[in-house]
Order: sequence, then C-alpha cells, then structure tokens
Amino acid sequence: MAEPLLHVDNLGKRFGGFVALDGINLAVQPGERLGLIGPNGSGKSTLVNCMCGTLQNETGSVRFDGQIMDGLPANKRTHRGMARSFQLPRPFVTLSVAENLRIPLLFTAHSRGGRHLSKEETENRCHELAGLVGLAAKANKLPRDLTQVEMRKLELARAMAADPKLLIADEAMAGLSQSEVDEIVALLIKMNERGVTIIMIEHIMRAVMAFSQRLVVLVTGKKIADGPPQEVVGHPEVIGAYLGQ
Amino acid sequence: MRAFYFYVSSILVGGLFFAFARWLGNDYLFFAGYTVLQFVVLATAWNILGGYCGYVNFGSAAFFAMGAYSSVALHKLAAGVDRYFPESLVGFAKLILPLNIPTLIIFGGIVSGLVGLGTGYLTLRLRGAFFAIATLALAVVLQTLIVNWDFVGGSRGAYIIRPGEVPILGSYIQYLFLVMLVLAVVALAAARIIEQSRLGYGFATIRDDEMAAEACGVPTLKLKLIATTMSGALMGMAGAPFPYYIGYLEPSSAFGLAYAVNSIAMPMIGGTTSWVGPLVGALLLGIIQQIATVTISSAINLLIVGLLLVGFVIVAPKGIIGLVQDFMRERASDKGQPTWRSRLAIFANMRPGAR
Repeated sequence: MAEPLLHVDNLGKRFGGFVALDGINLAVQPGERLGLIGPNGSGKSTLVNCMCGTLQNETGSVRFDGQIMDGLPANKRTHRGMARSFQLPRPFVTLSVAENLRIPLLFTAHSRGGRHLSKEETENRCHELAGLVGLAAKANKLPRDLTQVEMRKLELARAMAADPKLLIADEAMAGLSQSEVDEIVALLIKMNERGVTIIMIEHIMRAVMAFSQRLVVLVTGKKIADGPPQEVVGHPEVIGAYLGQ
Repeated sequence: MRAFYFYVSSILVGGLFFAFARWLGNDYLFFAGYTVLQFVVLATAWNILGGYCGYVNFGSAAFFAMGAYSSVALHKLAAGVDRYFPESLVGFAKLILPLNIPTLIIFGGIVSGLVGLGTGYLTLRLRGAFFAIATLALAVVLQTLIVNWDFVGGSRGAYIIRPGEVPILGSYIQYLFLVMLVLAVVALAAARIIEQSRLGYGFATIRDDEMAAEACGVPTLKLKLIATTMSGALMGMAGAPFPYYIGYLEPSSAFGLAYAVNSIAMPMIGGTTSWVGPLVGALLLGIIQQIATVTISSAINLLIVGLLLVGFVIVAPKGIIGLVQDFMRERASDKGQPTWRSRLAIFANMRPGAR
C-alpha cells in the first residue's frame, strides 16, 4: 500500500477537563474521498482544526506528505498542500470574489512552485477557479452580494486556489437545499478527479454516501468505525450513536 | 504611470503651497502647514495598522514621542560630546554631531520602528479592545520612563535651540515645512505601495478574518509585525523634527492626548480602506483646527475632533472615502466605458465593488 498522504497518529486534544479528541488514528491515501461523520460535539471540527493547525494537538502527531506538521502554524500547513473550507463561510468581506480567490494564489502558489505567479497568470487562475464553481459572472461582486450556496462555492474555490493536495471540506453543505447539495457534491467529485484528496465532514447522509469511498465515524472524541460506507452505516455502534440505545 | 501622476501631483501641490506661503511672506502659514502635514504622516501611519489590518492603536502619541525624544537625546549628546564620549571617540563624535534633521528623522524612525516591533511581539495574541488597551498601556509606560529619564529633561522638559536660518531657504521653519512635506509624500507613497501590493492584500485579510487568512496561507503574525513596525517607524519619523519645531519639549505635550485622538479620528473621518482617507481626514481636521486656533482657541480643537468623529460614526461610518466609494459604485459600471469616476477610483485605488 502507498504511503498515506495524511497520517494522524494517536491524536489527543482537551479543553480544560473536556476530552475533545481521544487517541484518534487516521490514514488517508492520496486521491481518496473520505467522509467523516459523527453527532454534534463528537470532535469532527476539533480534529480538522488540529490537522490544519488552527488548534495545536496535545498528544499524538499529524504527518502530511511525509512531514511532521505538529507545531506548525496554519499558514505553513497550507503552504505544504493542506487546505480547508470552513463550516460557516468566512469570506474576506471587503474583497471581491476575484480578490478572495487571489489571496491563496498570492501567498501559497510560490511556496511549492518556487516562484510568484505573474499578474496575468494570477488573473487567469482566478478566472479559471471562478468558472469551476460557476462564479465567473460574479467575480467583481462583494461576498455580501452572493447567495448562501454561492458563498459555499466561493469557500471551496478559495481552498482550491491554494493548489492543495488535500482539501478538508468542513460541513460545506449545511443549510443548503437538495439540489444545492447535489451541486456541491458534484463540485467536490470534480475536484477529486483533478487529483485532490478530499476529506468531507458532513451531517447530510445522502451527500456522504454519494461522495465517500470510505467513511470514518467519531463519537465523543473517539473513532468508532472506519471502512466502506455501506458497512459503516450498518455498524451497531454507529446506529447506536445516531439513534441512541 | 499612475505612480508618476501621484508623485507629480503631490510635488506640484506641495510646491504651489510653499511658493504661495513664501509669496505672502507670512511664516505662520509654514507653522500651520507643518502641523497639518505632521498629522498627514501620523494619520497615514496609524492607518497602516488600524485601517489596513484592523488593529486600533491608541498609543500613537507614544511612537510620536519616541521619535521626538530620540532627537532630544541626540541633541543632548551633541551638546555634551566631551562629557558623554570617551576621549578616543570625541573627534569622531564632533565630526558627525549635531545630526541634521533628515538623519534625525531616520534615527527616530528606527527607534519607534523597534518600539513598534516590540509592541507587535508583546501583543501578538491580542485583538480588538484588548490590543487597543495594550497600546494605551504602552503609552503610559513609555511616558513614565521619559518622565524619569533625566538625560532628556525628565518631567522638566528639554529646550532645543534651533538654528535661526538655513542656507538658501533662510527661515528655519520653511526648512522644517519642506522636510515634513517630503515626509508626508513618502508616507503617502508607502501607504499607496502597500495598498496595491501583496502586503496590502495580506493586511486586508487580517482585517477581515484572521483565521481564514491563515487558512489561505497568509503569515498573519509576520504581517502584523511588519505593520506595527512600519506604522511605529512612520510615527517616530513624524515626531523626530518636532523638538526643533516646538523649541521646548515636555512629556505631557509629546505624549499628549491630541496626537492619539487625531491619529485615530483623521483616518476614521477620511476613510480607512484607502491611502486617500487619512490624507483627506488630516487635511480637513488639521485645517479646521488651525483656523479654530487662530480665531477661537486651541482649547476647542479636541471638541471639534470629538464632535466630527461622533457625527461621522453615525452618518458615514466608512468616512468620506466610503461615501465617495458608494457614489462611484452606483455610477461606475464594471462593463461600460471608463468614466472620470472610475478613472479616479482606479487612481486612488478605490475600486468600485471592492475595497
């Protein structure tokens, strides 16, 4: 088996007396589409925050693309190819859609390519990304002029602008209608087909099942299941966690 | 090309004012002009951290005063070369001291820039009101240090006897005015370059959402340090010639509330998202205060600033530039032919629909 792109080993995180993550082990292969589910408060977002550097883990380690990430700030992890979208969209509100997409290009593209993109290259890439998520017509608009689904698309496009190897989509479909959910799933699959490994954190099971090649379930900071989606959703502990026993 | 127009128009406007004041033969215009230009520099410096990055600095007076007191310290050193330097260095010290105003400005900028860097390091984790309180505390701490530092006059203050005349120009105040004019152009040029650069975009992301900025690869801590250092350095540069302007410097005037309040109010009234905002705010408030000083009393200055600030916060929270931006956004279409409004917007980096 190939070396995992992301390897989380015995990860632990506490908030005072509350154990948010308790010895999480996770390996994600290059090109994989992984679904991460769990009830509210199970530690999904904390795990994402620890992987991306927004929070620092107290025990265990995060290895990405063969390098230890522990202690690195979030921006350095983004430079190395780990990008994320936020549960609640966090656009740069005073910058236009195109400028929002330009930020990762300005600050990360050079870190792996070894050079800064020219103005023309940056503009072309912005245009391409805006087109990919269907926001080309709104490139000069401010985020406040976007609908909820467009805001989610902007969030994903901005994460993609960092040219990541791994994209972590944290509840990218929350609050969207069925057709909008389908749009976002299709978009994530399109991104995956471009070679980006994707971890999708989601509550909408229809989307999770349509997207995931493998499913991991967290409950109260512990991993209780990991495997093919159809097997995992039938797992007694998973059913217990969701339906209560 | 836009940069060329910017520099030419800045020099032309400054040069015209200088020629006009000389033609009138009234030195008061230079005194008043110096104060207004000093506020242009201070407001622009404040805006680099407060406007671009969203970190409100209440300690502007401290950075300004550090620049002023660095000049006082160097002036004292020059006055007592035999006393303060070892015998082997006396000859060299006499050769370079006293330093000229441009060198003092550079020195003041370095001192205040380092203070800014230190402030940045100490307040890296603070944001919003907590950062503002920390900068206020910094001002109090530095004022206490200066009050107890006898070498620069302590609480008694220090007298600086400025030369009566300078070659070519004649009047020393005209020389100081010219120096401050150049400094104002430099500060505005620096702000304009920052705004249109990668650094400016980085600052804007810090202002909008620091966590999202980090996720986009923006090294927020590094950029904040750059902003605090640059802002502090420019404030110190504005303060460096001040002892030569005022003639007598004491801690309560150098660390005065007027500097802190004006540095905040001018960009807020002018608009914080563009380099034009602090310029407009400083010219407007500075000129009003100068007129009030000669017609009513300087005691009314802070009242004027306060009333205008309250008025603008209620009526136009994005400042004068915000009003202009809204006006242009309505008129200047993205698709149509460029209009004079859209050309003006591009020149001043006030792109319609964006920042």
